[in-house]
Amino acid sequence: MPPRSHASLQTTRHEALASGHVVPEPTRCVQCGICSFNCPIDIDVRRHAWLGKHIINPRCLTCGECIQRCPRGVLRFDRLKIFKEPER
Amino acid sequence: MTRHVILGCGVAGVAAVEAIRSADPSAQITLVTDDAHGFYSRPGLAYYLSGELPEKQLNIFSPQDWQALQVGFVHAHATRILPGEHRLELGSAGTLTYDRLLLASGATAMRLDLPGADLQGVVHLDDLEDTRRILHMARRGRTAVVVGGGILALELVEGLRAHGMQVHFFLRGERYWTAVLDEAESRLVEDRLRHEGVRIHAHTEIAEILGRKNKVQAVRTTQGEVLPCSMVACGIGVRPRIELAQEAGLATERGILVDEHLQTSAQDIYAAGDVAQVYDPLSGKKLLDLLWLPARRQGETAGANMTGQQRTYQRAVAVNVLRLAGIMTSIIGAVGSSRTDEVTMTRGSSETWQPMPGTIAVASGGGVNLLRLLVDETTIRGAVVMGEQTLSLPLQELISTQADISSIRAQLLSRNELAGQILLDFWVARNANNV
Repeated sequence: MPPRSHASLQTTRHEALASGHVVPEPTRCVQCGICSFNCPIDIDVRRHAWLGKHIINPRCLTCGECIQRCPRGVLRFDRLKIFKEPER
Repeated sequence: MTRHVILGCGVAGVAAVEAIRSADPSAQITLVTDDAHGFYSRPGLAYYLSGELPEKQLNIFSPQDWQALQVGFVHAHATRILPGEHRLELGSAGTLTYDRLLLASGATAMRLDLPGADLQGVVHLDDLEDTRRILHMARRGRTAVVVGGGILALELVEGLRAHGMQVHFFLRGERYWTAVLDEAESRLVEDRLRHEGVRIHAHTEIAEILGRKNKVQAVRTTQGEVLPCSMVACGIGVRPRIELAQEAGLATERGILVDEHLQTSAQDIYAAGDVAQVYDPLSGKKLLDLLWLPARRQGETAGANMTGQQRTYQRAVAVNVLRLAGIMTSIIGAVGSSRTDEVTMTRGSSETWQPMPGTIAVASGGGVNLLRLLVDETTIRGAVVMGEQTLSLPLQELISTQADISSIRAQLLSRNELAGQILLDFWVARNANNV
């Protein structure tokens, strides 16, 4: 059975829509370009992965298409940390 | 002005160009390649073959990217290195004189050595030109035989099947990729392939390829069976292209031997990528990595050192994440399931994936979700994660940092079925403590 999801492990698509962006894990990327090819608004996601940069682009819909299509598990959603998280 | 010559336009060569240019804006950089298509994603060829990507998408750099790097291209086949004279001969294309030379010529697919291997219809998946040829034939052909036991062979199987060909997959051993996968993992891949209509033939090898008018007509197996087909696709492994280095007197074994600065035995000559055999501090041996990331990191290190820096190449834990018969699979660290007769390397693999003595396997999961951990006394040395990938990045981190798992080791060994959850809780708690 797969492990239960853990809140701190994955940012959901819903959360990403509200306050997230796509983050590449460059150590896994082989620059195949499936991400850029499937981006509905032609953001060059692959170039971001080559440069190790987060996809912080006001045009990004955070639709998750690049994440779903990547055959190497390179991309994931992460939340933008604009404000310091409150201390627990 | 220092003259840098880079032989090879794969990721190692291009990463070296970037490193040289960032360190020395005035350096003269010449990139020599015999691949007419320049720099493209070789791992992406599998997706071009399967129809998921158009060809033009394989090009990684835009013309502007190349312009920024100010690199001169020479499309030629290198014929000889003269280390004493610091020259590289390019046959009829002339000669280049270098101050520093990087050998990043990669690896080439091994050819079948049996009667009929030179017939039209015998193909390899080595470069873009090969992929074009295979696609052209797949549109016309009906039946293909694929031989080989690793990633390359599986890419061929899936790519040809995607174009509607009837595919027969010949395995030399009893199951798929025995060198890296355990039995449950192999069977999962095989079941999925059968479900997709692939015919798998275990313990089967080609004795002869039969043809007519110079074209493939059938194969005869070592058991004497004759199977009609129009294509024989070979994914039996790759061999580093070390011939030039050997002829020039450089130290070589399976690849070109380099020190921790990626320098070869010859002055001012470096090597990086699939062609380089690099020191592995964990095993104390010099090993080959036929993986994208090590090639890029080696290229960066070699390029920096060619400009006079003294960077040491730090070998990272070998990781490959890929789809095996549609199942996302992460292979991390020392995972080999057994010693086998598969001594050849395929692209996308690493010699560090061989089994580590003294490790115990913990296997859990079912269906399409499998998890296997190789643990020693205090750390996890390797992992295979198939299907659900939540644990993939955490395991990469735990294995890379050689995290001490003594506190959960007994639990992992005694409750295999809960291994995933135990690990996840451990990782989350560890990260919370590190914040």
